[in-house]
Amino acid sequence: MSPSYQDLLAAAREVIPEVEPSDVAPKVEAGDGPLIIDVRETAEWDQGHLPGAVHIPRGFLESRVGNVTSGTDQELLISCASGQRSLLAAKTLSDMGYSNVTNLAGGFARWKQNNYPVEVPRILSPAQRSRYSRHVLIPEVGEEGQLKLLDSKALLIGAGGLGSPAAYYLAAAGVGTIGLVDDDVVDESNLQRQIIHTTDRVGVNKGESAKEAIRALNPEVQVNVHPFRVNRDNVLDLLEQYDVVVDGADNFPTRYLLADASLMTRTPLVHASILRFEGHASVFTPYDGPCYRCLFPEPPPPDLAPSCGEAGVLGVLCGVMGNIQATEAIKVLLDIGDTLSGRLLIYDALGMTFTELKVRRDPDCPSCGPNADLQLRDYEAWCAGVGSHDPVGAGA
Amino acid sequence: MSTVKIPPVLRQAAGGERTVDVSGATVGEVLTNLCDQHPAVGAQILTPDGELHKYVNVYVNDEDARLLQWTDTPVGDGDTLMILPAMAGGAR
Repeated sequence: MSPSYQDLLAAAREVIPEVEPSDVAPKVEAGDGPLIIDVRETAEWDQGHLPGAVHIPRGFLESRVGNVTSGTDQELLISCASGQRSLLAAKTLSDMGYSNVTNLAGGFARWKQNNYPVEVPRILSPAQRSRYSRHVLIPEVGEEGQLKLLDSKALLIGAGGLGSPAAYYLAAAGVGTIGLVDDDVVDESNLQRQIIHTTDRVGVNKGESAKEAIRALNPEVQVNVHPFRVNRDNVLDLLEQYDVVVDGADNFPTRYLLADASLMTRTPLVHASILRFEGHASVFTPYDGPCYRCLFPEPPPPDLAPSCGEAGVLGVLCGVMGNIQATEAIKVLLDIGDTLSGRLLIYDALGMTFTELKVRRDPDCPSCGPNADLQLRDYEAWCAGVGSHDPVGAGA
Repeated sequence: MSTVKIPPVLRQAAGGERTVDVSGATVGEVLTNLCDQHPAVGAQILTPDGELHKYVNVYVNDEDARLLQWTDTPVGDGDTLMILPAMAGGAR
């Protein structure tokens, strides 16, 4: 005769030890208990769970348990609402080779009756769950990651060629607060590449114009418009309000200012620059990886550093590089994957090649080296005077 | 022969070429020969004393030449040198 539900529970009890809430509560409260896997459905989990528990609905147990455990000998405590589903789940894990599995007797209900602490997860609203469903599906993002993005603040320097796509995608991704620093107004000649602006917003401040586009795309995003140029008097205040800064500036004084200021505030800096068919991108993680000045100790003189206004730029290139910046900003905010920290990515659109160069921390870096005397300077004057800088001591 | 990649800002000075094949056994020799072939490039990246400006980075394959043996770094067939000045553009 096939076993009944009661038979299955009885068979599971033979091999799975059960523990009472009082047995594990002190350890759980101290944070050194076993890994707790809660196998209830999402709606139940959302009402509250044991502190520190991870959630794997029973139906996904076999496929996902490997993602949360370090090995089959790890100590696991399985919980559900009353202790029955978890008992069967524990038996399944035991069948999968997990050798140190216990079941929480009486489940979450008994835990709660005994007034042990309960964690109520912050959850996405139904509308957010729908909007960000493709993120939630990615294991590296998930609901937790999406909530993190919603709590995050990204500062974009420039709402131009790089800032347009970066701001647009960061807003779509649900980065909760986006700051836009730009004192410029939309010009007709911008529209070939600055896709966040529109023909009917020519003459409008770029931050305000981008804010309007973002409101139409994702009204949930808080947009802070900073309609001025970043300078050494305002930069530290600005950076301190944000978790990551995306550098889409169009001039060297601003880039070197940001490089130094982001070290002072320890704000990760996502860099890109573009000209004609070529783009550079990197991430500068303060004091953990190289900084901008480890890579480029000094700016080139003006004739070697034409702006896109002087030398031109392929519009589409801005989309590629701005979106590489958005990608890196999201990875920085979520702390996932390998960022471009320590690497300079060079994209040549004409040859359609991506080249990576190694960038290392310079022990003599005038900004982040151990003997650096880091202070904000007059970057305009410094960049204008580059022609008179000393050459390095090597012939060519 | 090494292949030297010319950055966009120097292409006009290098006769519009994106890459130039240059002979030389070291980074220094290659750059000297490049500047002989294209004096306009030399005017941009060398000081009047013939030294490389500090704002010019040179990479040998994917490594910063400064961290190798700088201009004495040996190079040969199949090596790629990249001249890399910083770019400012964010496309205003």
